[in-house]
This record gives sequence, structure tokens and C-alpha cells, in this order.
Amino acid sequence: MHQESVQLHINGKNYELAVEPNRLLLDVLRQDLGLTGTKRGCDDSSCGACTVLIDGEPQMSCLMLAVCYQDCEITTIEGVAALNGRENELDALQQGFAVEGGAQCGFCTPGMILTAKHLLAQNPDPTEEEINQALSGNLCRCTGYTQILASVRRAIELLRDPAWRDQEVTSR
Amino acid sequence: MSLDPALVPTWNGSNGSLVGARIPMVDSVDKVTGSGKYTDDLTLPGTLVGKILHSPHAHARILSIDTSAAERLPGVRAVVTGRETPVRYGILPVGHDETIFATEKVRYIGDNVAGVAAVSESVAEEALRLIKVDYEVLPAYFDPEQSMQADTNLIHDGKPRNIEKEYHHHFGNVEAGFAEADYIRDDRFECAEVTHAALEPHSTLAKFDPSDPDGSVTVWSSTQVPYYLMRTLAATLELPEERVRVIKPLVGGGFGGKSEVIPLELAAAVLARQAAAPVKITYTREEVFYAHRGRPRQIVELKTGVTRDGKITAVEARIIQDGGAYCSYGVVTILYSGQLLNAMYDIPNVKFDGYRVLTNKPACGAMRGHGTVNSRFAFETQLNMIAEVLGIDPVEIRRRNLLQPPCMTVNGLRVLSYGYPECLEKVVEHSGWKQKHGKLPYGKGIGLAGSHYVSGAANAIVRAEVPHTTVDLSIDRSGMVTIYTGAAEIGQGSDTMQMQVVAAELGIGLAQVKIVAADTARTPIDLGSYSSRVTFMAGNAAIAAAREAKKQIFAAAAQMLATTPENLTMQDERITCRDDPPLWLSFAEAAALAVGPDGTVRASGSYSPPASAQGGKYKGAGVGPSPAYSYSAQTVEVTVDPETGELKVDRIIAAHDCGKAINPLTVEGQVQGSVWMGLGQAVQEEMMWQGGRLMNPGLLEYRSASTLESPPIETIIVESNDPEGPFGAKEAGEGSLAATIPAVVQAIHDAVGVWITSLPVTPEKILRALEEKRRREELSH
Repeated sequence: MHQESVQLHINGKNYELAVEPNRLLLDVLRQDLGLTGTKRGCDDSSCGACTVLIDGEPQMSCLMLAVCYQDCEITTIEGVAALNGRENELDALQQGFAVEGGAQCGFCTPGMILTAKHLLAQNPDPTEEEINQALSGNLCRCTGYTQILASVRRAIELLRDPAWRDQEVTSR
Repeated sequence: MSLDPALVPTWNGSNGSLVGARIPMVDSVDKVTGSGKYTDDLTLPGTLVGKILHSPHAHARILSIDTSAAERLPGVRAVVTGRETPVRYGILPVGHDETIFATEKVRYIGDNVAGVAAVSESVAEEALRLIKVDYEVLPAYFDPEQSMQADTNLIHDGKPRNIEKEYHHHFGNVEAGFAEADYIRDDRFECAEVTHAALEPHSTLAKFDPSDPDGSVTVWSSTQVPYYLMRTLAATLELPEERVRVIKPLVGGGFGGKSEVIPLELAAAVLARQAAAPVKITYTREEVFYAHRGRPRQIVELKTGVTRDGKITAVEARIIQDGGAYCSYGVVTILYSGQLLNAMYDIPNVKFDGYRVLTNKPACGAMRGHGTVNSRFAFETQLNMIAEVLGIDPVEIRRRNLLQPPCMTVNGLRVLSYGYPECLEKVVEHSGWKQKHGKLPYGKGIGLAGSHYVSGAANAIVRAEVPHTTVDLSIDRSGMVTIYTGAAEIGQGSDTMQMQVVAAELGIGLAQVKIVAADTARTPIDLGSYSSRVTFMAGNAAIAAAREAKKQIFAAAAQMLATTPENLTMQDERITCRDDPPLWLSFAEAAALAVGPDGTVRASGSYSPPASAQGGKYKGAGVGPSPAYSYSAQTVEVTVDPETGELKVDRIIAAHDCGKAINPLTVEGQVQGSVWMGLGQAVQEEMMWQGGRLMNPGLLEYRSASTLESPPIETIIVESNDPEGPFGAKEAGEGSLAATIPAVVQAIHDAVGVWITSLPVTPEKILRALEEKRRREELSH
């Protein structure tokens, strides 16, 4: 199959590459660009492990043709910390998932964190029901979700902490 | 990037005991940043894509295979069929009934017929389409009770009536026991087949060393059992074991589904040899479902006798498991289903007839709670039915049948620590059981049940004269400790646990400990992450290794401090004189004094279960014995809509006796995960078959629960301090699963008055039972 030249904006960087028009964004991220933090857990948008942010919105990259997303800002788990302007420090959600046991095997974790990132950007003080609703497209087989909820709540607490917030603002 | 130290006060240094502290898993930063590598994340220059051709027939003879067109396709580098892979293998020495690719027959839809390696996925798929296979389709068996009647077209030669294995155990005297009983119940329970569905699909990357003409291979694989995989690769590739290296990268969940050798692991290596290039095979989700090795469909006919005050006098179980087309772990699974009727309660007389039956479906194998779950569901449900009939509170009937440890059960299981009574009392108290059971409004109910599980099998699958696990340590002059362990971290916290116990034993901080795990060329033998063995066994070995290192360091430090080793303690990163505390050396100073000629202190520790825990001498006695058993009690509260049969689980409280919670954060995670998986089996998960074809080979169709269907799970840790466990610890990762199912079933009964004896409990089944109950009541008026 013929290849097309595409430009992708991923995690604040521009990539120019030649891909077949039927290539999935998931495969381009993982195989062509080595961004393997985005996971493939199914093949049909059942599990959410391949979630990335497209202009801030969580979407499943296993259903997306790479050539169609040239005008978008794509964020993967590798770029989530940099969204805060602090590339070398963990995001509050990353801290929360590590400290509260939200990542057991870790395979659903990147997708969970990106989906939760979008939730907290829209709604910094979600109810438990709102968190459950937001994460309902991301399956986990390890935790039973209890520690995932605790992880998101821990992140919310961290973000409320003035010290944490100030740091974030000044680093921008 | 690292964790904010303020969030993990015990991360650095030894301020406070590391045992019992909530320690984030040591690989958690790799997981939350996406930098951690799972097998499919790895690639080597020139890696080819491997694909497997699967059988479209449930049972058929292979008449011929023509691979010539596939071989001619540009971009194809290897095509392999059963002709090149004649060596039989299987996880159990008694069950070597598989070959990498089918040799004469295919035995289930999805069976492995041929493999190809090509430069791209699309070329590999095209090559599969070009392989021509002529089949003679044979009659197939899909139902175990029918399969057991077969006398022609048997699935395997030498397995008459398609019975893989049957066991007939009788301990005590059940006739006498039933004669003593005032009330006897006989019920039939059916449990649907379920599967692990770990989120990471199986994946294997294999590479032969091009510079070695005799052949040596390195395999990276998503496995729970690197050591068994290494052995099976050596056997099937006909290579000496020292020429096979297995490395386990991060594993995205196992639950038993990666606890034996899965065909793609061998297929990748065979293709890599033929192609003379690295080959990676990653299953699609559908292939994962067909690879299966999950929990079999099980039929339990259970008869229990009790005195009028609820004391159990005899139990008789007839169990049939629908094992699928190959043995897999089946012999162990059927034995567990009978053997672990014991070690929960004091049952003086037990009879067990177990049948592991072959059918033309993917092989079932080990899944979380291996073999015990469906029997426990039946037993606990029947005990609750009996309690209802006798008018005894379900908690009270359990109190009246407790074991009196230390003790030996009638079938030879040794029980030392037994936190089950405390688990029961804890859930009764926290749930408000007394105010709720039998007292909630119609449509609301509460149920209670218990379960248990082994902390590792006391008898290894492979009866080799090696310890079940060995852990090596090396300590350099700076006091940095490196742990070498074969134990497989699969997300359960195996690495973190070993680092914790070594650091605790040496009185140092976690920052001073590194771990090298699960690389058969670099780490000592460990049998793998299955049967909940790692904390108990690798934990004990790690402590033994640390004690050996401590001895060497004490000897060197005693010389320097002009005292005796007995007068020294090791804590707070110091070696201190007991009778003269101002006299001390730092851990690093003392380590530097103790190093050998290679510049390190080297120590090793091993663990094998004691003879007293290895069970009896009868046929099948080897399965069930464990050095220690975990215990769980749970309450589940539900709301049932009697108009629609819709079930909502409102609250679950699980008390789990893990002996000692070395890391409460991971213990809670394991218990919650087990309960949740049990709840899935209870109310929604099911492999749906139409003949040999799976109707729901996807995560949505299989109905793995999302956040919206998952109730909060409260955990209570009970610590019975096992006398032989590492710091008193026992298993935490499986034992809670089984109790959830009968607790749900009892809660439904408490809510609307019907007993459901078939899993999963769907709204349809609840409605049907309500309808039957209504008609029965009408007729009796």
C-alpha cells in the first residue's frame, strides 16, 4: 500500500513521517515512534488501554487512523507530566496512582490516567459517581477499581494543596 | 521522575518498620509514566511478525497441509507445521498431550495448525490464508456429561470415555456420618466457565543467537512461570536447558492465564529458529479468549449431613469438570475441587468423586482460586440453605463447625494458623449483620460466606531435587544490596515484598536495595507466580538469604569492634553493640569489612515446605497440602428488583486472614481484586459456547465489569501470624475470591427468598426462580 507523508503533533513535538493510510494511530505511536506507554488491550475499543488525549479529549487510538489527526494536539502518557509545564515531575494523577495502589499490573494505568486527566481538567471536584462515570470506558482486571478511585481522590487532594498548585503556576 | 517523598515516608531510610508499612510498589513509577516495558513493547532490529493458523473445526483429522504458496509469498521468512514440532509437552508431567502445532488432529476451534513469520502483519496474515489444510471432520463433544458416554472418536487415544482423570477419595466413613445426621441435603450446582482476561494479551519475543551455530535462544514473554517456560522450550526445541534463557518483562496481569506454557511462546521460538531472525507474536484479544486455560464449567452434586444443632457429620461430593481438549492443569484442578472441601471446617467424613472430562473446546487450566472456587460456592451455599432449614444463624452454624488448630484434616492437610473465626466476627460486626440478616425490607438482603486458599502448593509440579525457591543476595562495599530472584512480578507486588523483607531483616532502607528478577540466566530457580506461593516461599527464602548475609557481616564487624557476633544488632542502617550502644559501624562500613575477594558479600537462602506440610500418601494426596492457608469471610448487601430480576450489589465487606500484612496497601489491593473477580463470576461473566465456537470473545461481550458495575469493597485485614510464614505472612491474592459468590447468592435469598444454584446469577434466573416460587406457593394454598 502507498504511504502518505503526515505531520503529527504529539506531546508538544512535531513528527514528520510516512505512513500507510490504513495505519492506526495506536500502531504508529507504538511501532513507529516508540511511544509504547499507550497499550493495546483489545482490538475494538472495549478496554480503553489505548486512550490518548486528542485536543484534550480522551479517545481510543485503536479506532483512529493516524492520517486523520494531523491538525490535532495528541497527548500520550509520556507527555502527561509536561502538560503541567513540569516535564520532569510526576503529574498529580501519576503520584496518586502510584501511592494509592491504582496501578497493579499497570497495563490499564496510562489510559486511566489520561481519562482522569480530562475529567479533572473539566471538573476539579468530581463526585464519586462522576469519577465512576468518567472512567467507565477504561477496564481494569486487577484492582476492582477501589484503589483506582482512591488514586483519583488522592490526586484531587494534591491539586487542592496550595503548595502543589503554586509550584505548578510558577513553573508555567 | 520519582515519587514525592512526602507521600511515602518510609521510602528512604529505615524510619519505622518496613514490615507492615504501606509501600507503593517499587515499579509503580514505571507504570504510571508508561516507561515500563511489557513484552509487546520490546523490539529488536529485524524483528519479524509471527502469526498462528488456528483450526476452524472443533474435532478433525488433518489429512494434508500444503504450505508451498505461503512459502512463496514475498516477505514470508518461515512457515512451520506440526511435522517440525513432534515433541509433546504439557504443564503437568502426567499431561504431556500437546504439541506446538497439531500433528494428526485438531481438537478445538482455535487449535494451532501452523505458524508463519513475515516482515509485516499484513504479509503474515496473507500467508496464513495461503496455507491449504485438508481436514476430515470428526464428531465432537461439547458437554462433559455427554462426552463421558463416548466410546468412539475419542478426543485423545488412551483416554476412554474422554475422561482425562478421575479420583475417588473416601476419608472417615460417610455412611456412618450420614447415619448420625438429623438432616441431609442433596443439591446440584452448576458453574459457568470463566476466564482470566488479563488486560495484557499474551506476547512473546524470541531470538536465536546468530553467532552460536549450536543454537541458543533468548525468549522474552508475558509469563508467570519463567522457569517452567525455560524447561518446556528446552524440551520442545530439543536444546539443553543452559541454551535457553527466559526473561520476564513487566506482565500486564496473569490470574493464572500465564501460569503455564501457552502455544505462542513456543511457536515464536520455533519460527525464530527457522527464520534466523527475531520473531514476536502477540495474540489478538480473540486469540487470548481461545487460548483460555481458565476456570472450567463445573457441576457439583453435593450432599451434606448435619445434626439438629448444625454440626456437620458427613460430606459427599460428585464433581464433573468440563476440561476442554487438553490436560493442562486439569488433574490438579479436579483434585483441588475435592481436597479443599477440607481445611475450612471440621468435617469428620468426606467422600469425593471427581471427573475431569475432555471436550472439544479450548483447554481449561488454572485460574485465581484454582479448583476451589466452584466447590466452595456449592458448599457455602448449601451450608446457608441448611442453616435456614434448621433455623440457625449462618454465622452460628459456621462457629459450630470450626477447626481446632493446630490440627490435621481427615485428608492430611496441616492447619497451623486459622484466622477464620476472627474474619467471621469482624464482618459480622462491621456489616451490622445482626440488625440486617432476615430483617431488611423485601428486595434488600445481606449474605455471608467464607473461603480459603493455599499459600503455595507444598508439592512442586516437577519433582526435581531443587528447592521450591532460592534467593541470592550480593552486597557491595557501599552497602548497596542486590536481590537476585526467579520470582515473577506480575503486578501483585512480588518484587516489592522481597525488597521489604530483605531491607527489614538487614535494618536498612528500601533505597539501599535493588532487585534483579525472573531472568533464568541471571537469577536462581523459583517455580513461578501461581498457587499464591510467592510471599510465603520467596519471602522465606529472601529472609534466609538476608540472615546469611547478616551472619557474615556480624562476623567481620565483631572483629573490628572487638566483640562477639551475638552481641551485635543490625537496625537503623547500623551495626550496634548491644551492651555498648555508642559503639557502632554504619551498614556500609560493616559491609565493606565483610566483602569477599570479588568485592561483595554473597549470600543465598532457599525454601521448601516442611515434610509435615506435604500431605498424605494416597493417590492424589499431593494436591491440596500447603504450608499455610489463608481465610476469608465476607458479607455482601444487595438490592433485587422483583419485577425485573435486576440485581445491584450495594456493599461488600471482606475480612482476610493473610497471616501478617507485610504491605497492607498491596494486600488490600489483592483482596479487593479477588472479591471483584469473584463478583464478576457470580453475576455476569460467562464463556458462552455454541458448539465449539465462543460467542463472546471480546471484553465487552464477556462483560468484564466497569466502574459503573463495581461496588465499593471494604477490606479488613486479619493477622493470625503464621508460625512458618515470613514475618508471619500467608497468601492474600486468591483466597478471597470464592467467598464472594455464595455470599451474593445468600444475599439474594435474604432479599427475595429464592436460592439460585447456577452461575452466573442473571436477572433471568432470578425472575424464573421467583416465578416458580410464586406458582409453588399458589399451589400449596
